Amino acid sequence: MSRQSFPQSTIKIPTYQPQRKKRSGLAREEMRDGYLMVGFWLIGFLVFTAGPIAASMGLSFTNWDLISPAKWAGLANYRTLLKDDLISTSLYNTLYFTILSVPLSTIAALLLALAMNMKIRGIYLYRTLYYLPSITPAVATALLWLVIFQPEFGIANYMLQKLGLPKQLWLLDPAQAKPILILMALWGVGGGMPIFLAGLQSIPRELYEAAEIDGSNHWNSFISVTLPLLTPVIFFSLITGIIGSFQIFTSAYIATDGGPENATLFYVLLLYRNAFQFFKMGYASAMAWLLFIIVLIFTVLQFRLAQRWVHYEV
Amino acid sequence: MAKVGAPIRAQVTTRISGDTNHQQWKRPLLALGIHIAIGAGALLMLFPFLWTLSTSLKLPGSALSWPPQLLPETFHWQNYIEVWSIVPFLTYAQNTVIITLTTVLGSVLGSSLVGYAFARLRFPGRETLFIACLSTMMLPFVVLMIPRYILFRNLGWIDTFLPLIVPEWFGVAVYIFFSRQFFRTLPMEYDEAARIDGATSWWIWLKVILPMAKPLLATIAILAFRSAWNDFMGPLIYLQSDENLTLALGLVKFRGYYRTEWSLMMAGATLMTIPVVLVFFFFQRYFLQGLNFSGLGGR
Repeated sequence: MSRQSFPQSTIKIPTYQPQRKKRSGLAREEMRDGYLMVGFWLIGFLVFTAGPIAASMGLSFTNWDLISPAKWAGLANYRTLLKDDLISTSLYNTLYFTILSVPLSTIAALLLALAMNMKIRGIYLYRTLYYLPSITPAVATALLWLVIFQPEFGIANYMLQKLGLPKQLWLLDPAQAKPILILMALWGVGGGMPIFLAGLQSIPRELYEAAEIDGSNHWNSFISVTLPLLTPVIFFSLITGIIGSFQIFTSAYIATDGGPENATLFYVLLLYRNAFQFFKMGYASAMAWLLFIIVLIFTVLQFRLAQRWVHYEV
Repeated sequence: MAKVGAPIRAQVTTRISGDTNHQQWKRPLLALGIHIAIGAGALLMLFPFLWTLSTSLKLPGSALSWPPQLLPETFHWQNYIEVWSIVPFLTYAQNTVIITLTTVLGSVLGSSLVGYAFARLRFPGRETLFIACLSTMMLPFVVLMIPRYILFRNLGWIDTFLPLIVPEWFGVAVYIFFSRQFFRTLPMEYDEAARIDGATSWWIWLKVILPMAKPLLATIAILAFRSAWNDFMGPLIYLQSDENLTLALGLVKFRGYYRTEWSLMMAGATLMTIPVVLVFFFFQRYFLQGLNFSGLGGR
């Protein structure tokens, strides 16, 4: 019994508290098993995460092509990073993508969850339909949008023509390629729906009833009840969304391969090329660290800002 | 309490009933409008799928024609057979199945074991270790990409499935988090009773806790299935020879070999998507509700 943790405020029930020494056999066994089980994760963490991270740090100060021995390069890789035009292009593209796609998909996921939280007939079917794009393999997604936006024979241009508008180059046009990739990302917005739905459903009904008694309409209830109570979910969605979108790779690799004119050359795509096509392992490692620092800054900033707008209490 | 509550409740009911009387004729219209709006949105979301399906059934070669045929002239189902013979689609499918199933098994066992220890065993440093585990979720995978490749190269694991499978067996931070959240909701009495009977923690995890955790196990299994099946970057980096490729990589190969055969490529894309959709349909209940115990429920 003593193992269950009661909330602080409850009345203290006198229970028999066995002495530590008396239970030390069982307690020690529990401790040993706890360390063994968590140690299982810890080994994986050290071998597959912490170790590689440390190695990557060292590697970023060297030049290494995987074949000849690595050569110490000091800060040279980092200095080159700052001068490399492709780096700044790819950073610009990635920021552009992130700044548009993350807020848009968060808002869209919220709106979708609000709609999917209505009690109407067939709502489960609707939820399923909106959710499906997000489980479609990224490769399939990239290819099917490629077919739709095929400039010569694609259905997108066919629709434009029907509307009396001129054909577009779509993914072959440097000005349109990024927005189309954002559209592709937005297609998967249903993926964010479940946690927003869970958030909506965990809001106590009484709060809405109280708001109604106070004479507030739907809009006021949304602003003063729904939105504040959803802020933790919105925050989570923003954090994971930014970490994810900074690493956009597959859709650009398949649909555009970085083109046209490097308009979709995203950071991780450039990193992949440097590492696995040009075998500049040291330089690519330095790139990875720069990205890590940028993502870290964004995350820390968000946690700082969160204190102002995220409500953790009802 | 009742005295205070009664008048308020009466007030609310009058308000609500007054509302319905006033809007009685409006309701069906409103419902219809909602259905039209949501339905139109759903159609828009479905359109790429429908177009994929339509393209996949077109005669190879006729997928590229102007104006595009909205529906295939004849439904060329043979595309779905031809796919298997043109590229080693069967090999790709087998590889993907092997990788996916072993990954799912490892994720479920490893993560639930670690989550169990974090949730139900007491040992010094537990919270610190848990926070360390959680913080790995914030780590961009990109930072690990190169050093992990070098590690696996030194181990001689390149062009095998091991780099894609083994790390998952040691527990995945997100699934560990889910497991801990879920296990903490189960009463401690189960463990105590088993312990009095002389059971070890390992036995309790396997025989007492896991049988009660089916929603959790299903959620981990589904998420792991989806990410392993859909993974593109991992196989791209670690797999090389044609007989080791997965569907995700194989699908891209269509583009190289058969630049114009969009219909076959779309047939391949459809075949690759079907298993994920099937898994989703069978476990939908867990899929769309599973995150309720993730601790992100709005508070």
